Amino acid sequence: MIVLLGVAVVILGFALKQNPLLVVAVAGIVTGLLGGLSPQAVIAAFGDGFASSRSVTIFVITLPVIGLLERYGLQQQARNLIGKLTGLTTGRFLTLYLFIRQVTAALGLTNIGGPAQSIRPLVAPMAEGAAERRYGPLPERVREKVKSYSASADTVGVFFGEDIFIAIGSILLITGFVNTTYGTQLEPLSLAIWAIPTAICAFIIHGYRMIALDRWLARELDAAIAKRETVK
Amino acid sequence: MIKSEWFYWLIGAIFLVMAVQMLLDRTNPKRYGTAAFWGLLGLGFIYGTWVVQDKAPPEPLGVAVLVMAVLGGFKLTGKGERNTTTPAERDASARRLGSRLFIPALTIPVVAVLCATLLKGQSLGGELILEKGSETILGLGFGAIVALVIGMFILRERRIATPINEGRSLLEAMGWAMLLPQMLATLGSLFATAGVGEQVGRITENVLPSGQTYVAVAVYCIGMAVFTFVMGNAFAAFPVMTAAIGWPVLIQGAGGDPHVVLAVGMLAGFCGTLTTPMAANFNIVPATLLELKDQYGPIKAQIPTAIPLLACNIVIMAIFAF
Repeated sequence: MIVLLGVAVVILGFALKQNPLLVVAVAGIVTGLLGGLSPQAVIAAFGDGFASSRSVTIFVITLPVIGLLERYGLQQQARNLIGKLTGLTTGRFLTLYLFIRQVTAALGLTNIGGPAQSIRPLVAPMAEGAAERRYGPLPERVREKVKSYSASADTVGVFFGEDIFIAIGSILLITGFVNTTYGTQLEPLSLAIWAIPTAICAFIIHGYRMIALDRWLARELDAAIAKRETVK
Repeated sequence: MIKSEWFYWLIGAIFLVMAVQMLLDRTNPKRYGTAAFWGLLGLGFIYGTWVVQDKAPPEPLGVAVLVMAVLGGFKLTGKGERNTTTPAERDASARRLGSRLFIPALTIPVVAVLCATLLKGQSLGGELILEKGSETILGLGFGAIVALVIGMFILRERRIATPINEGRSLLEAMGWAMLLPQMLATLGSLFATAGVGEQVGRITENVLPSGQTYVAVAVYCIGMAVFTFVMGNAFAAFPVMTAAIGWPVLIQGAGGDPHVVLAVGMLAGFCGTLTTPMAANFNIVPATLLELKDQYGPIKAQIPTAIPLLACNIVIMAIFAF
């Protein structure tokens, strides 16, 4: 039971808004020591964990080119482009992106999108641009919400698309674990097809919420515009 | 054969170059702490190659990681003044260059796709061109380099320092959050070694009433989501919850189709991933990259999807597995 104290440290730390880096370091040390590891083994675990998880930081390699393009106005151009497509509202655009992300992830192409590669330079500016075309400059709060929804379209899309692809980590983890532990012969493909119903539900639910974002924008910003008019 | 480790060295080298720039940047009030953080990160990326191959002891890297956690956690890192173009200059440049700006940006996914499909499994002189299992990571790396070359050509930018500087500004803006995903991976493995999983599994077994299949379906799915919320990773939750409920109760006891139970169980865990700051690479890193004031913005956008989707998973499993 006592090893669960590490989990409590994490929850308490996040709840008290302590710096997550410190929270995680302390929780790791506490859990390791309570679980019977020597201090040296705990330190080794931090080294091993860092070395074997370097792939999550690989997106850094795209930042120089993304930064260079932004210097020359990539985000502005993304906005200009969306400004010409008058039928595309913020919600419809993000629903389209969600769909593309799910389908490409289902084909195993999980790395073609992501917060660094697509959301910051292209998708978020386009989602903002679509709203600006309609309502003019966006208040800070609205801008934050549009950016957050852009990030969510990417994450939901990749999560509930990738499992349809058979060679993805999570499907191979399932077959690897079950086949070695219980001596079964499960095929990745017959598992992957059962990711399809959830993928469809994810598209319907998150897509609906993107469209609902359009209605929220209309309510928020029409009111703001009306207020501006009366003040004049 | 082109190996993924080479790209880690390249990233390590980029961090080290940036660390030197940071050290010399007098506009950054915390330049020593900042340079130390990114310098250690760069060294760690390179040293890590020998740690994963068991050719070097992990302890020095562990100490470096904890030092980075202290530097980042106690706000000893900062950022310099950003030396870049003004919004007006960007507007003008966007008008001048037009849609040519998209070419390098779209080069990244195109090259990544080509590597993951065409080059995958291809050999040259009896040796695989791309390391097996790393094709998409290598594709992303190649895509970024090709895009940089094309970008500098299209923009007629001659100085390599310009993209490095711009990339550094983006990294400085993200700050310590860069390290969080890797720290959490470590925490996950420490949780596993210390037996946190078995404990949670035991607790879940105890709350489970016997003989009620549909209740067990709900407990399995919700348990996957909650456990994933705590651990930040559905992969950590899966073996534990499956050993506690999925296999003995749902598949062996109630005769459920293992394919449906296990595939949907994992996806129920993903609903938990959508809601947790512990999954920093999916939820916190985007917030810092987008320079959001609210770190939890993406999570707040995802919770109202995660909850009904979890309910969908329970229904899907209940209908199709039995």
